[in-house]
Formats: sequence, C-alpha cells, structure tokens
Amino acid sequence: MGNVLVVAEVEGGKLRKTTHSAVTFAKEAASQLGGSYDILVLGAGVDGAAADAAKLGAAKVLVADDGALEHYLAETYAPTVAEVGKGYDVVCGAASPFGKDLLARVAGKLDAGFASDITALLPQEGGKLTYKRPIYAGNAFVVCQLESDTQIVTVRQSAFDAATEGGESGIEKVAVAAASGANDRVEWVKFNSVKSERPELAEADVVVSGGRALKEQFYEILDPLADVLGAAIGASRAACDAGYCAPDLQVGQTGKIVAPGLYIAIGISGAIQHLAGMKSSKVIVAINKDEEAPIYQITDYGLVADLFKAVPELTEKIKAVKA
Amino acid sequence: MKVLVPLKRVTDPDNANKVKVPADGSKVDTGSLEWKPNPFDEYALETALRLTEDGKAQKKRLGEVVVATFGPKDTETTLRAALATGADRAIRVDVEDEAIDGLVVAKALAKIVEEEKPDLVLLGKQQVDGDTNQVGQILAELLDWPMATFAGTVQEEDGALLVGREVDGGQLDVRVKLPALITVDLRVVNPTSVYSKVTDKDKFKYAEGVRFAPLPAIMKARKKPLDVKKLGDLVSDTAQKVKYIRYEPPPERKAGEKVPDVDTLVDKLKNEAKVL
Repeated sequence: MGNVLVVAEVEGGKLRKTTHSAVTFAKEAASQLGGSYDILVLGAGVDGAAADAAKLGAAKVLVADDGALEHYLAETYAPTVAEVGKGYDVVCGAASPFGKDLLARVAGKLDAGFASDITALLPQEGGKLTYKRPIYAGNAFVVCQLESDTQIVTVRQSAFDAATEGGESGIEKVAVAAASGANDRVEWVKFNSVKSERPELAEADVVVSGGRALKEQFYEILDPLADVLGAAIGASRAACDAGYCAPDLQVGQTGKIVAPGLYIAIGISGAIQHLAGMKSSKVIVAINKDEEAPIYQITDYGLVADLFKAVPELTEKIKAVKA
Repeated sequence: MKVLVPLKRVTDPDNANKVKVPADGSKVDTGSLEWKPNPFDEYALETALRLTEDGKAQKKRLGEVVVATFGPKDTETTLRAALATGADRAIRVDVEDEAIDGLVVAKALAKIVEEEKPDLVLLGKQQVDGDTNQVGQILAELLDWPMATFAGTVQEEDGALLVGREVDGGQLDVRVKLPALITVDLRVVNPTSVYSKVTDKDKFKYAEGVRFAPLPAIMKARKKPLDVKKLGDLVSDTAQKVKYIRYEPPPERKAGEKVPDVDTLVDKLKNEAKVL
C-alpha cells in the first residue's frame, strides 16, 4: 500500500497539459503500490485548475489557494509541497522548467532520493519502484531505484501519454506552510511572455523545426508550413543563440524534449544535443542542402535541397494535398 | 563579491553517441572519449568572471572566484583550467565518481559554503552526462538561500542580482538578494547577458561565448592555491539515495531514405507514413 502525489502545473488559472503526463505516471505507480494518487494544485484563484484536476481520476484533489502563491517561485511553493508531500511514498511532477525547479528543491527539503526526467516506470524489482531515465544525451539509459521514505520523481512529458479525463474527484483545501528565510530574499519581478498561438512544443502532433541556416527568415519560411500542418515551431540551439527565434523553442538535450508524430527538421545539421531532444519522434523528415549532415542518420525521409526553395514548395503541395 | 563555482568534468559531450553499454548492462563504457569541462559549468565560470570585473579591464579581478570539484586526483586538470581562465583558488573533494549522487554533492557543497562564505554560488543548470539537473536546487534549499535557476541574463545591483530565467513561454525576471544561488542556461554567455555593477551596460559588449586562457595564465595557474578535502570531513551521511541498478542502450533508429524532390516527399508522407 502506498500513495502518490502529483504536483500540478498551473498557468493562467488553468492546468497545464504537463500535469496530465505526470498523472499517467502516478496512476501506474499507485497501481504498482496498491494505493491511490492525489493531485496538489497551488496558486491564487485556482478553482478552475482544481476543477480540471478533479477530472483526472485522483482519489482527491488538494488545493492550496492563497494570495501568497500568486506568482510561482520555488522558495514560495516548496514548503507547502514538502509539508503535504512528506506523507506520500512518491511525489511527482513533469520535468518542465517548473517541475525541475520546484521538485529538486523539495527533494532537498525532504532529504529525499530524486529521479529526474524519467522515461519509464518499469515493473518493480525487489519490491521497489524501478525507474528508467536517459543519460549521456539519451545515448544510454540507467535503471534506478530510490532509497528514501518519500521519493521525488519528474517525468518526461513526451514519454508519458496525457491522462484522459473521467470521474470527479473530491476537492479539499490544504493550508499553506510557513515560508522559510529564502522566501524573503527573492522577488518575482516580471514575466516577459513570448507565447504564440501555436500548439505547445511538447504537446504538438507535428513539429517544424528550423536551424541557423534560416537566418532572419526563420519565421517567414517556417510560419506558413507550420500553419498548414497545425504544427508547433521548434529550433536548433544555433538558431536560438543567434536570436532568430525565442530561446524556449530550443529542442534538445537541455531544452525541450519532443516526440511528435511528425518532426520536420529544416536547415538543422543534427548535433548530438539536438538529436537527444527529438529522436523519439515517430516520423522524422530533414531538409538540408548538406547531404552529409548527421541528421540524415536518423531521418525516415531526407531531402537534400535549398530550403529557401524547397520549404515554400512543400508548404504549397501539402496545402494542395490537404485541401 | 566572492563567488563559488562548482565544476565537473564530463566525457566529451560532442561524441556522446559513441558511448556503449555492454550486454550485461554493468556500466556505460565511455571508451577513449576525452574528458571535457561540463559546458554549463564553463558558462557558470564565465558568468562568475563577468560579475567580478569591469568588462573593460578584465585582468583585474574585483572580488574572488573559488572553483570546486569532486573526483580523483586527475580531476585537478579541470580545476587548473578554471584557474588559468581567471579563478583565484580551487578546492578538490577527493572521492571516486561512483561514490556520490546529487544529494551527497549538495550536502558537501553546503559545508564548503559554510566554510568559504561566498556571496554567490554559480553552477551550470545540469551536467550533460548524468543529466539530472538537481544539485543547484538542492543546495539552495539546504542553505535556505534564494535561487534563480536556468539563468539567461544576470545584472548585478546593490546587494542583489536581477536574473532573467529561461522558462516555458518566455523569460521570468526575479531579483535575489545576496547571498544567493544561480544555475545558468546556455544564453548566459551571449555578449550582453551578464553585467557587474561596474561594467558599463550601455557601452560594453562581451565577446560571444566563454573566454580562453592565454598561455602565461596557464603557467601561472600552476601556482594558484588548490586545496584537497576529504568527503567524510564535509558530510557525515554519505549514503546515496539513488541506486543505479543497470544500464541499457538506447532504442536503435535506422537511417531511412533520401527522396529526390518535394513531390516524392509529399507522396511518401501521405501514402507511406500516413502523417498528412
């Protein structure tokens, strides 16, 4: 018997889809432990997010709703997560910037073992939860277990399907735990949003990704193709570093990890760090004028061509096929 | 400002696809791959140097940069390289790589912080071999210090740092009062990402990336102080909470075909892969 706590990620008063992947993991873990899972929602004015969470099959949804939690900061949230979480066998969340920031801090608070960015929960070995996670930019995996009363886990969103909705969990209020000294020395200043209307990278069925070769025409070339495919836009590190697109579009080992049904790499040579972020995609296409580009070692379909001509042509022809 | 920069060596990240897992899953065989500094740690060191200088007079250090690593004697190469680049002192915690996990490292670093009393701890956001992304956060919690992870920009203010964090959907600006902890992301080494109070933000731009040590500095670094500490003197509880059971190779992915033109590509995507 053992129970699992999912720490929900909330954005603009709504539950982020990252949470749904963590719930899928929690469901599997709770089932192995013969227990159940709860979802913890933190924030200010989060009734909507709590209602979303209540549709995800949890035994109960716990809500810490307080003005002090209006802006997420690890220092502000960690005490409450640790206080609620210490009664559980596993505390989990998505390996998004939010989850990585918060749950590692919670692991420190609880002196707990921490498995980050896991890609699978394996059958138990020796009666213990057994996790698989990538190392060396996904060029090897390690199977590991944690030795602490409460275990902390973050899950790779692209490796766990989003939990489907069903049922209606009860909602309970929980108290906000007293903040520690660190909280008085950190200030949320402002959020500079670069949010687009496109699907989230980690959730999209199709990702169109561009490299440095696109230069200032990054969006001019990619936007029309992404539009006809309903795709999210991603990028190589080089394109982000050069400022052709926002940093949070970076696909790779230390950026976004994606595994869409279709990934189209445009003008991306395929550095190891980039491949680590997309090689689990189902179908991979590359368009690059260098026929020796390493990306072709993992593509299903490679087109050696001038992207400035090929991509607009591809856009028009896909549009025709879809019409 | 006094800054502590924990560093780690990793196997050459640009050849990480050459690591092999033997059939018994007992280890990751890194073969003849070279050791390199973890790229994010190099960025942390560069950030520390930028914060302790006037960008126009980089030879003069305004403050102190202490680097630390964990590992056997030959990891001192990593420390000497950091000393050559501009750090003032180094600490090596003598331990075998297999004997530590993130929590143990964070506990040992907490003790070093207690002894060294830096104003700032600067780390890379993650090591590109273990890829765990945790030591900075755990250390900040153990110290009860404010933190700013995944920093893309850092601006020094009076007794505080204004940090732009790279997060989903944009950049989050937070202000941390010193002493504080920062983990850095890739863009922190862009030309206008980091400014100390004395560097003129409007007039000065750094060169892209990290600086390199000139030869005389490499010679001089051999004489800079390097202390060796024992893990057991820093941490009483060195039990690892993460147990590595075995290793597995990644799923294989074979190269597909090259298509001659856009028409063929669209045809294959529609009729073969059925993704349109």
